[in-house]
Amino acid sequence: AVPLSLRVVAECPVSKARACILTLPHSPVNTPVFMPVGTQGTMKGITANQLEDLGCQICLGNTYHLGMRPGPELIEKANGLHGFMSWKRNLLTDSGGFQMVSLVELSEVTEEGVMFRSPYDGKEILLTPEQSISIQNSLGSDIMMQLDDVVSSTVKGPRVEEAMHRSVRWLDRCIAANKNPERQNLFAIIQGGLDARLRKACLDEMTKRDVPGFAIGGLSGGEEKDDFWKMVTLSTDHLPRNKPRYLMGVGYALDLVVCVALGCDMFDCVFPTRTARFGSALVPWGSLQLKQKQYAKDFHPIDPECQCPTCKRHSRAYLHALFKSDTAAMHHVTIHNINYQLRLMRDVRQSIIDQKFPEFVKVFMERMFPSPEDYPSWAVDALHSVNICLK
Amino acid sequence: MKLELSRVVQGCRLGKWTGLGKSAQHSLEVPGCLLYTRCATVPHLTQDTLHTIRDLPAVTQVSLDSLTTNLCLNDTVIFCSLHDSVKPRPAGYITNKTVSVWGSGGRMELTTARFMEIQAGIQPDCYQSMADGETWQANTSRKRVRKAVDRTLAHLDECLLLHQKTQELKHAEIFGVVEGGDVLEERLRSARETAKRPVGGFVLDGFHSAAMGPDVRAQLIQATSAELPQEKPRSKLHLNPSQVEIEQEARKSASETEAVSKAVGFWKRPQGSAVIVLGVGRPDEVISCVEAGVDLFESFFPFQVTERGCALSFPYAADPAPETSVPELNGESVTKLDGDETMTLFEMNLKDKRYKDDFRPLVQGCACFCCQKHTRAYVHHLLETNELLSGVLLMLHNTSHYLGFFRALREAIACDHLQDFKNRVLRHRKAD
Ligand SMILES: [Zn+2]
Ligand SMILES: [Zn+2]
Repeated sequence: AVPLSLRVVAECPVSKARACILTLPHSPVNTPVFMPVGTQGTMKGITANQLEDLGCQICLGNTYHLGMRPGPELIEKANGLHGFMSWKRNLLTDSGGFQMVSLVELSEVTEEGVMFRSPYDGKEILLTPEQSISIQNSLGSDIMMQLDDVVSSTVKGPRVEEAMHRSVRWLDRCIAANKNPERQNLFAIIQGGLDARLRKACLDEMTKRDVPGFAIGGLSGGEEKDDFWKMVTLSTDHLPRNKPRYLMGVGYALDLVVCVALGCDMFDCVFPTRTARFGSALVPWGSLQLKQKQYAKDFHPIDPECQCPTCKRHSRAYLHALFKSDTAAMHHVTIHNINYQLRLMRDVRQSIIDQKFPEFVKVFMERMFPSPEDYPSWAVDALHSVNICLK
Repeated sequence: MKLELSRVVQGCRLGKWTGLGKSAQHSLEVPGCLLYTRCATVPHLTQDTLHTIRDLPAVTQVSLDSLTTNLCLNDTVIFCSLHDSVKPRPAGYITNKTVSVWGSGGRMELTTARFMEIQAGIQPDCYQSMADGETWQANTSRKRVRKAVDRTLAHLDECLLLHQKTQELKHAEIFGVVEGGDVLEERLRSARETAKRPVGGFVLDGFHSAAMGPDVRAQLIQATSAELPQEKPRSKLHLNPSQVEIEQEARKSASETEAVSKAVGFWKRPQGSAVIVLGVGRPDEVISCVEAGVDLFESFFPFQVTERGCALSFPYAADPAPETSVPELNGESVTKLDGDETMTLFEMNLKDKRYKDDFRPLVQGCACFCCQKHTRAYVHHLLETNELLSGVLLMLHNTSHYLGFFRALREAIACDHLQDFKNRVLRHRKAD
């Protein structure tokens, strides 16, 4: 048996949105869920207890970074990443492939794997599907991701098809390499660029494999939003109902709400935590740039309706001043932003359970945009495709 | 507010600073430290993380240069000082009428009027009077030192005058500032003159580690506190203003002072004022200042240790856990890394490779959040990868450890175990 089960709690009668309970080895996860990213085995100045108190049930670690420092052997000795970072709930790790392609110059993809030069000692390193899984086995994450052949979503032509077929072959190698199938779930990643035919072919092939869950990959890399949502909805149309669907790299509030409507369950993004460090606080009507002068004498909390520890205690003026002198300012905004994302998903989920998701979407849009003319057309179209009509 | 002493042993004053805060409900045990903050925040910490530390000091220190706006601090007892002891401040900006502080917006030149306006905005429970504290640099002339004392007394008189007229400061107390560099007669004059004014306590300024050697400091402080209006064992010392002689006297008279202190023994007094020394934080220097009659300290030291990626690890508990640190620390702390001259022998450098796979807590038996939950290997990793959580975890541990040190110091004075305590804390100082 796989160490994962998905129970659909409620489905939206109008759109493809659904609320589920995803049971993983360390704890259940209520979906739709946003997963904050803790790249180096830590959540940007937030302690594991604070993250738990915010209600976070699953977060990410990055295999590439952790594989480099402190290395898989050490983390294995520390009883896995859970033990190393002292986190009791679930962890998801990526394959490491994406970071190599995006962060490291001179990476070359062959059938064997991804070749790259270590930024630490300059040595050439080959990351194979087997090695990626071996590192993730050492990390002991609840969900591991297959190594896939990542091509930028703006690339067209035969390279996209090659990458898709290679990702299918690498999936098989990853499945075979998993040493802990009884306690670590391996997710497949659907590729195929922005080509509906290739996406469909990839979906057909990968859904033949008995993997515990599926990710929709190769998107949110600068493609047109019109192409983006069509690939998402095509994928959810063909993914099995009884398995979780994880849309990689998506984290803007609007994208989250739309993609829940299109049938996705899980999301991750560095944006909310990264933007916090630059003083940008997320609110239902957009964001506040706390470093701007206008907040120097603004004694309201970031969001008067927010119940996070930051909003309960501190004003915008205080945070504005603190940004000039101490890193704790970042921690305050990081906590608020994570809370914002988690609360948004909790509210989304509750509305699905209450059979009021379409109404929720309408209210969300009204708060986020000054008037319906400002609604991005891709979002209107995407929601319309699942019978949520905003106008 | 008043300082109630319960006993004095070898010059160390044990007691309680009471009647603090708007409700006069708060108190702080002495010898003790204030809670160090920047922009009214303990560096790296949020309310959640800060309150994992047990027995936080009841008094928070804010400094004018790190305070940029009106902050909501109404539930805290505040001591407001002029400068942040950690931040370097350029010399040469003091005039007869003004002092300068450097905030996030650059230099602010303060007259006493402006200084008092800011105090009225902050509404602290107590605050140090404006002072010319620039004499700590080496080779400062005697003339310059005398000027600093004169100016500081003039500032104090002006502050006191304005203080009485300021409604917002009705319940606040001014602490007079004792200057005088390393010139004994100026220190004594400064102390005597300050003590003639209606101040609520005394700030000893200009005693930073960089300013003078430990023996000179201890002797100057001892002589200075003897001039302050406290019922305390009067020292029989009649020190000569010359620095060399002070040092000679110091060695000679240590036992004599001790005898005098012992003879006075237990005594209670109805009312007293607290003495705080600025710029002193190292445990050995704290102990010597306490022996010289100081009650209160800042707590910037754990922050400085945190900033260099280190963890306080010196033993202070009477009954250390079996595995703790003493033998190990001797070895560990002697190695200074990468020529880090600022690192002291009271700490361990978590950046050191040796901690890469060390899965023990920072200090065995430590009850802080970091030691309860995390390992040296994890903190080492956070430092290696420049992760913000390293500062949070180290700050939690270092602050806890430092507060534990003060708690143990008070217990040692209370139970007549001061010598044992000193031996424990100072043991590995010999290698310094
Ligand atoms: Zn908030
Ligand atoms: Zn500790």
